[in-house]
Amino acid sequence: MPDASELYQNVILDHNRAPRNYRPMDGADREAEGYNPMCGDHLKVWLKLDGDRIADVSFQGSGCAISKASASLMTTAVKGKTRQEAQKVFESFHRMVTGQGGPADDLPAKLAVFAGVKEFPTRVKCATLSWHALKTALESAEPKK
Amino acid sequence: MTLSRTRRQSGVESGPAGLDVARLRREFPILRTRVHGRPLVYLDNAATSQKPRVVVEAEADFSLLENANVHRGVHTLSQRATAAYDRARDEVRSFLGASHASEIVFTPGTTAALNLVAQSYARPRLRTGDEILVTGMEHHSNIVPWQLVAQATGARIRVIPVTGSGELDLGSLSGLLTDRTRVVALSHVSNVLGTVNPVREIADRSHAAGAVVVVDGAQAVPHLRVDVEALGADFYAASAHKMFGPTGIGFLYGRAALLEAMPPWQGGGGMIQNVTFEETTFATIPARFEAGTPPIAQAIGLGAAVRWLGSLEWPMVEAHEADLLSYATERLADMPGVRLIGTASHKVSVVSFVVEHVHPHDVGTVLDLQGVAVRASHHCAQPLMRLFGVAGTVRASFAAYNTRAEVDALIQGLLEVRKVFA
Repeated sequence: MPDASELYQNVILDHNRAPRNYRPMDGADREAEGYNPMCGDHLKVWLKLDGDRIADVSFQGSGCAISKASASLMTTAVKGKTRQEAQKVFESFHRMVTGQGGPADDLPAKLAVFAGVKEFPTRVKCATLSWHALKTALESAEPKK
Repeated sequence: MTLSRTRRQSGVESGPAGLDVARLRREFPILRTRVHGRPLVYLDNAATSQKPRVVVEAEADFSLLENANVHRGVHTLSQRATAAYDRARDEVRSFLGASHASEIVFTPGTTAALNLVAQSYARPRLRTGDEILVTGMEHHSNIVPWQLVAQATGARIRVIPVTGSGELDLGSLSGLLTDRTRVVALSHVSNVLGTVNPVREIADRSHAAGAVVVVDGAQAVPHLRVDVEALGADFYAASAHKMFGPTGIGFLYGRAALLEAMPPWQGGGGMIQNVTFEETTFATIPARFEAGTPPIAQAIGLGAAVRWLGSLEWPMVEAHEADLLSYATERLADMPGVRLIGTASHKVSVVSFVVEHVHPHDVGTVLDLQGVAVRASHHCAQPLMRLFGVAGTVRASFAAYNTRAEVDALIQGLLEVRKVFA
């Protein structure tokens, strides 16, 4: 039987209360929105690229603790990574929260706090909303200026 | 915890209003389910109510012992099925206080019923500049069908505003009802706020302006004894599954004169008199609006639900639900950081609220882990959410089988929410 503390780990609660990189970004190279019409969670992700590397990343929006903390931890996990590295982290994260394997070796340790999400299938979308927005932003062909 | 368990047991014995709740609960086996190791506390009745044994058995008996298609065959089973289907229609007629069984159209649910009125009554009649009046507390299913009609005809949607307490601002009605108003579409009871709207008054004023009145009764039928003629409703839509009946079926009441003047919306078998490749003449009402094989077993289940509702001691049910509402409202109002959304003077037993600094979904998940089922969302009423400045609410909706002890379990659960998100 899952219990609340399994899902709402202290790190998650902390990032929900005080999300990191929570700001709009002036002069972003890319941006994308994530929206879940089922629950109304809505956020925006901004990126600054240095060649292939994510030089800066930020987000803003409204949503539940899981989606907000996940976005916050995502920004801290992918800053400084290349697109391919970020993509790999997302795939690994996605496998973990959908229960297709535990936290893989290539997953930044701090993201393992979301392992409990797999017990809550309805909350997987909350945990991955910001990641899907990041992916969209990275894949958008035209850099936004 | 011990306290709440003691209260739970005593609460099940009987409601303070004299209703034998323990006996009522025995008719719903699902209420003995455990969720996450805790007794289920089912407070999501506005989404769908649970079904008593008699409803499920009526459906099962038909399917296992009497199944046949309706209106099709000369054989005995088909005749029995037809008679049972017609009986269900008459039970709904009587339940709604309608004069004629032909005024009851079976539909897949409230949404389909409202779309039928929009497409078959409104769309052929409305012209550019005509107006459809809805209210600010409507479910999307009583907004979007009208928008589709407005787009197709050039009519425009106007909105009766909602006050801070969650009531309709009737002061604005005179200005909103014009000689262009053709349709006034409103919910009898709000699915989010629990507000009971003064349908009769609005219907009278709408009729005086020459408009027809379409009532979404989905949230009213489980709580109120509805009389469509006394309400002055021209159309009244509801779903069986919110009134202890099966999913997949609902109904539209329409005044005979209006239904008779409406063209079919969907074509097929069962809704015709004569078909040639050149021309088809359509069946009379209500068959004209029931193309194809209907949900027969579900109609019979709906009939059983109506009979079951009719067997309840209504004054006691109403007193019991009023007690649950006032008790829940009182206890929630006492909780720091909880804001009630919807404090109208006339409500059914539905409470919506938000918890400061905690998203409704997180509240819903923590409550679920304690066996308490609530709805946490925008409740398909996004315009209303915007009005109250929230992304969503937590909604606890009570049925006759709920108890004060279950209100206590909700409050206990909210204390846990506060602890997790302290």
